[in-house]
Amino acid sequence: MSGAIRKHAWVMGLAVLLVVLLTITKLIQPTFGASGLESIARAALPFAFATAGMAIVVIVGGIDLSVASMMAVCAVTAAVLMERMAGAPALFIVLGVGLLMGLINGLLIVVTRVPDIVVTLAMLFVWEGVALLILETPGGATADWLEQAIRGHFLFDGLPKALLVIALGIAVVWLPIRRSKLGLSIYATGSDELAAFRSGVSVGRTKIAAYALCGLFCAMGGLSLAALTGIGEPVPGPYLMASVAAVVLGGVVLGGGKGGLLGPIIAVFVLRIIRTILTLLAVDPNVTTIIEGTIMVLVVMLGTAASLKGARR
Amino acid sequence: MSMDTIDPPMVRFGRYLRDNPIIPLLVFLFLMIAVLEVLRPGIVTPFRAGRDGLISTFWVGNLIKFAIPLAMLAACQVLTMLTAGIDLSVGVVATVSAFVCATLSAIWGVTPAVLIALSAGLFVGVVNGIGVGLVRVHPLIMTLGTGLIATGCLQVYQRLVINAGTEIPAFLAWLGTGRTAGMPNGLFVFIPFALFILWLMRYTGFGRLLFALGSNEQAAKLSGVRAWQVYLALYVLSSLIAALAGLLYLGMIRQTSLSLANPLLLPSVAAAVIGGTSIFGGRGSFAGAIVGALILRVLDTMLTLMQLPEGVRTALFGLIILAVTALYVRITGTR
Repeated sequence: MSGAIRKHAWVMGLAVLLVVLLTITKLIQPTFGASGLESIARAALPFAFATAGMAIVVIVGGIDLSVASMMAVCAVTAAVLMERMAGAPALFIVLGVGLLMGLINGLLIVVTRVPDIVVTLAMLFVWEGVALLILETPGGATADWLEQAIRGHFLFDGLPKALLVIALGIAVVWLPIRRSKLGLSIYATGSDELAAFRSGVSVGRTKIAAYALCGLFCAMGGLSLAALTGIGEPVPGPYLMASVAAVVLGGVVLGGGKGGLLGPIIAVFVLRIIRTILTLLAVDPNVTTIIEGTIMVLVVMLGTAASLKGARR
Repeated sequence: MSMDTIDPPMVRFGRYLRDNPIIPLLVFLFLMIAVLEVLRPGIVTPFRAGRDGLISTFWVGNLIKFAIPLAMLAACQVLTMLTAGIDLSVGVVATVSAFVCATLSAIWGVTPAVLIALSAGLFVGVVNGIGVGLVRVHPLIMTLGTGLIATGCLQVYQRLVINAGTEIPAFLAWLGTGRTAGMPNGLFVFIPFALFILWLMRYTGFGRLLFALGSNEQAAKLSGVRAWQVYLALYVLSSLIAALAGLLYLGMIRQTSLSLANPLLLPSVAAAVIGGTSIFGGRGSFAGAIVGALILRVLDTMLTLMQLPEGVRTALFGLIILAVTALYVRITGTR
């Protein structure tokens, strides 16, 4: 029970932090409003999806170092396909490709019994190579409607479409699963693999499903990446580090079994807004990197220290 | 277990290999070299190409030369993995030390530059050690974070010294590119270094503490090990090794860049893992990691020689790392 309270306390604390940061932004830049919010949400899109995928894998007790590479594969696939064929089929093919890549990652981990860090490290190179094979240099094109889907506001100013896309994408995939048997299996496997196995959870299948979900979210991330830039870029972006940071900041414990997806997503926005604030303050972008890293390390240190006061070790 | 009844000699062989994990690795290395020789006759054994000598010292020297920095960074991974940790800041630390050394040599001279470069590594190590040992942050997160911060610091620093120009210290260039009797001069640093690490892991109390903490941290603590001191010393040592590797790499490449040694990070983890070090702690060998680094370098040469598109090369690199580790896990039955 106290664990549940602490978990919610962490997410609520993050939400408060987010509001405080938004207020600070408004104070620094009085003109900051709907359009500023919209650009933050748009920039956060690929980060949010990468983080969602990473969070599920971390909850099941693993880690996926290949998220950025999988996103690159999906982005170039989308760019190449959309140059040739219209909308919806291309969209579903890309999502299928992501799911398939995640499935392969999971299968390899379960079948070879090699530690997940090593498998996904190797697959990082494989997917990077595949992305380069699909598209040697940045190119291709994305459909207009894809770009329209994440640009601007929905219904009224202040509700960016990008935010809606994040919420929809994650809700449609994750909420039904979380409520289902698979969701319970994912948390059980992450908490204690042996106990889960002995309670009749098919651990291998659960892990494969979690990695496949991660691949699916990476496909969404790759699609949003293609939509943001309008082309396909075969070189993986900085999404691995950023997603691990947001997952940990979001209250998901490395080692598995604890946390949800809401915390990490809020954490993505916290990190993006900190970047915006520093830009508004005209801080050198390089110093911004230092400050971001320091904040990440300090927050994780604080979080670890707080959870140590509980009864972890 | 079921194999006990089916095929006892096979099991005994497997157990023998588990006790001597370096043997299958060496076999694999020589197998790869043989494949290389088939692909491009004369590259390893020049007499087949009508030249003198049984083994091409040029080729072997080159192989060793480029494996040295990788093996040194792999040492960082082996040491930290022994305690179930990992050091993802080594690539950045090596880059920082190389960049600082090259720029400061032009301003203050070589000796202070090298010392400052090493102390930059020391500083990162202290921060890592405090984070992992005292605050007990997960090593993956901690070293990832310090790596990010160090990258940012490097970019800011670069703007400060942008006009100073760079200078590669002569002795580093000698170590990096010179040869003595066909073998690279880098071995003058690497052989003592490797002996030191092997000695450290096998014959010192510190080495045994690393194994103990990795096998069972709780038990080690209850036996009176002050874990935080060990972690602090470990991460400082790891960063110092990375800084030293960065200096060597600088002499080898003779160019500075803001991401000089960063591409070596993931291969260093791969070399340690191929070499039989468990990322769950308690089991690892530096000798294996050295062979792992050599294997990766031969693999690199092989893929370059085949003149495949870059994408295929990268993908094959990943697949072969995976295949080697999977095979290793199968043969020895350990993870």
